Amino acid sequence: MIRLTRRYRFSASHRLHCRELSDQRNRELFGACNNPFGHGHDYVLELSVRGPVDESSGRVVHLGELDKLIRGEILETFQHKNINEQVPEFADTIPSTENLLADIERRLARRWSSVFPGPWPALDRIRIRETRHNIFETSTETSTEPSPRAI
Amino acid sequence: MLVTRKEEFCASHACWRPELSEQQNLELYGEPANPHGHGHNYVVEVTLEGRPDPLTGMVLDLRLLKQIIRRDVVEPFDHRFLNREVPPFDRLVPTPENIAVEIWRRLAPHFPDSGPRLHAVRLYETEDLYVEYSGERA
Repeated sequence: MIRLTRRYRFSASHRLHCRELSDQRNRELFGACNNPFGHGHDYVLELSVRGPVDESSGRVVHLGELDKLIRGEILETFQHKNINEQVPEFADTIPSTENLLADIERRLARRWSSVFPGPWPALDRIRIRETRHNIFETSTETSTEPSPRAI
Repeated sequence: MLVTRKEEFCASHACWRPELSEQQNLELYGEPANPHGHGHNYVVEVTLEGRPDPLTGMVLDLRLLKQIIRRDVVEPFDHRFLNREVPPFDRLVPTPENIAVEIWRRLAPHFPDSGPRLHAVRLYETEDLYVEYSGERA
């Protein structure tokens, strides 16, 4: 059993703002992230998959298929976008990186078994680096959604 | 406690299976299928698990771990074309997965049950792609 991690990047803007709260409370709660015009990050997305190494190919996952899935489902959705305004899932959801992580997890869960129909590779972990200082990752205990496959 | 030592080697490889056609290799491996090979600055992180010795305060003398990694991995792999010069990659495609497993095989005999345990081998092929192997116990 081996774990492979692949790193992708996308740049996007967002604004953290909760409509139910006053402007004053929003400023207190989110600070600079509440700037009405939004602000952006170079997000780094790390995806880990797990499985046995296929004896003939020497691979745990077909990297071309993985890249295609991430490009189609994630990068094209978020790259150079204003997440609040241009990604429908965030019309009423605060695009905190926690929520972004949960959204990416849902997107991958939805498509995983059609791209990788066998028992392996399993999606093992998703990790997003919003900045060098802020890092978010899924864990089996706290994941909002079940993994596409039991690990 | 986990202790990790990092070492580096530069090598070329080709993800290429001779029994497949050029087109099939390209479909399976993408660009790395070029049979002439291409290179990487590989980074290998070897992690041991153990208790610090009460006398020395160390899980293992890291100079010893460095010597083992350098002798059994870095020296044979560094500045080599893995497919042509480093068995078993003459018959096993040197994907990062297979390289990590081979590194584990070379290191494991140095860590018998009595001392610190070999916990993981992490191999970075590039900054954006790495694999981790912890043997087949789990």
